[in-house]
Amino acid sequence: MTRTNGASGGGAAGKLPRKRFYRARAHSNPLSDSHFPVPVSPDEFDLSQHYPRYFPADKGGGEEEAAAATAPPRISFADVGCGFGGLLVGLSTLFPDTLMIGMELRDKVTEYVKERILALRATNPGQYDNVSVVRTNSMKYIPNYFRKAQLTKMFFLFPDPHFKEKNHRRRVISMQLLDEYAYVMEVGGIIYTITDVEELGEWMQSCLERHPLFEAVSDEEVKADPVVKLLSTATEEGQKVARNGGQTFQAIFRRISLQEE
Amino acid sequence: MEDTTVDEAEVSGAAEFAPALVAAHPQGHSVAVAVGPELRVFDLKAGCAVSLSDDCGGRFHSDAIRAICFSVDGALFASAGDDKLVKVWKTDSWRCIQTITSEKRVSSVAISNDGLYVTFADKFGVIWLVTLGEHSGEQVSVDNKPVPIVGHYCSIITSMKFSPDGRFIATADRDFKIRVTLFPKNPLKGAHEIQSFCLGHTDFVSCIAFTSKSEGQRFLISGGGDSTVCLWDYINGYLLDTCQVRDKVEELLEPNETDDSNLAIADICLSNDGSLVAVAIQGFNGVMLLTCDLIAKKLSFLKVITMEKSYIPTSLATSFSSKLLWSVMGASNMPNQAASQLLTRLRIIPRFQKNLLSSSDNGPAMLEDTEVPHSEKLLLALQGSLDIAKQEEVLASVLAALKVSMHKMLVKKHYSEERREQRKRGRNDKKIKN
Repeated sequence: MTRTNGASGGGAAGKLPRKRFYRARAHSNPLSDSHFPVPVSPDEFDLSQHYPRYFPADKGGGEEEAAAATAPPRISFADVGCGFGGLLVGLSTLFPDTLMIGMELRDKVTEYVKERILALRATNPGQYDNVSVVRTNSMKYIPNYFRKAQLTKMFFLFPDPHFKEKNHRRRVISMQLLDEYAYVMEVGGIIYTITDVEELGEWMQSCLERHPLFEAVSDEEVKADPVVKLLSTATEEGQKVARNGGQTFQAIFRRISLQEE
Repeated sequence: MEDTTVDEAEVSGAAEFAPALVAAHPQGHSVAVAVGPELRVFDLKAGCAVSLSDDCGGRFHSDAIRAICFSVDGALFASAGDDKLVKVWKTDSWRCIQTITSEKRVSSVAISNDGLYVTFADKFGVIWLVTLGEHSGEQVSVDNKPVPIVGHYCSIITSMKFSPDGRFIATADRDFKIRVTLFPKNPLKGAHEIQSFCLGHTDFVSCIAFTSKSEGQRFLISGGGDSTVCLWDYINGYLLDTCQVRDKVEELLEPNETDDSNLAIADICLSNDGSLVAVAIQGFNGVMLLTCDLIAKKLSFLKVITMEKSYIPTSLATSFSSKLLWSVMGASNMPNQAASQLLTRLRIIPRFQKNLLSSSDNGPAMLEDTEVPHSEKLLLALQGSLDIAKQEEVLASVLAALKVSMHKMLVKKHYSEERREQRKRGRNDKKIKN
């Protein structure tokens, strides 16, 4: 089902990687413990590997050295389940000074995104240095990567698998996981979700409505937000849905602080 | 690629090794030991064993008890485990006043400081909360269903405690994490605001304990499978100090005994004045004592109290009012264990306070059986037997099982493809019948 990767070195030559060498099953089991390295805590998350331009000349744990000069740059956007990286690529030029990261569970797909970013950096000097990808299970390890109130945007585009019935609690958007997403987001940060599966869309909307730390973003704001258009157009999934004339269901919410009685 | 899931515990034919547990009433009125499905309680004031009674369907636990605790005021006691039941007992009469059914096996239980709620953790990592009935002893109607309040996605909760000021609930899991969440005034809607994650352990976290109120409201101590005891500022999620227990133990054990999996922290217990931390280590026949200095924010090694070669404590407890440290060794669900062999061994350490224990004192630091309060009666009631020979036999097999148990329990197993498929077929999530 998966071909071995024959397109290595694509980044170095500036050639975009060919997707067909990175094909993987659409589903990956988020309940299983694959063996990829996870930082013990956000302090151990080595950003210099991901954003070399922002963390120059260091030997891992680059934050300490950068901190000596000024406050180290931190990741602000996270694309949870970033797939082949379409959204990240779109966001990178829209927000050239913001660090952003994609999180993806599938090994091959993560490799593809890495190669894609390297190729883009090579062919567009000065651009795409602010975007990267990490292979991880964001349902288990989000607090390992991000500190409290760090993120200003989180993206959940076309989540899949979208478990049914008594497995609702295993979905990437659930009341319990929203606690963790709220923890890593700053007050005022925005969470963007979109899906083409109506029931899942209703579910995500319902969870966000019921969760005390999120409130809906008004329609006017949604219209004015340049990011929103990307949700349905920038990714493979989104483009596929558009080609098939399918409908999409968005839920865009703001992280708020709890009102004490 | 390995593809195992957490639900393995539900399906495995051989039930998992279940260590014996001990808990002490905060005011020292009683001591409880749980081994297998049996709950044994001794009334220290009256000097006799307690006979439990159950109003709720008349059944006691039918499978291994995995967690027990007293409420802060001592009025209530909770027990829960593999039979998917959480039982709440009044400690004056030792009647079970409420039995709550869980969909999955329960790994941890706690009672809120005000005695209004009981929380329990299931094997999927969800913490459920139930409102407790009046303390007056009336029958409680069982239509108040558990509500989920916190979740550790797809992980097993190993320890759950309320902070002394009642503002927070801390939960530790198998995936190296400790989460501290604000416990709201109305928890029925869930506990959604996370105060911090205390991240730093490099293996499962086995136990956590808050320091007592008088020391200021920010410290938490934890023990882990990585053989460390850590001191945390839980308000900010900072790791303040780490004690490498392994190093100390290695000095004391033979080289061939210091296998990594033998040195996981099995349990920790803070002295009532907050000055000492007692540490039970899997594979080590004794209790290690650390001093806890909250001004300097440090944990330091004090001494080790070595016990007889065959004695490895599986659980520790102390009460606010006495200076006794209770330890128990025992287990159930061991291969070839007969039901009649649910024996445990108690050892008690007196003077469990820093100023009372001199580090140069090399004399016996445990109570002899004759010195134990109500000696024979208590030991018979809680251990199940006074017959030394019989005990030794049982405890020897506990010892052997212990040396691999904790690692097996909390580190995920990996199965072959066929075995996995086989296990999947046998899986069954029972829904609660209402």
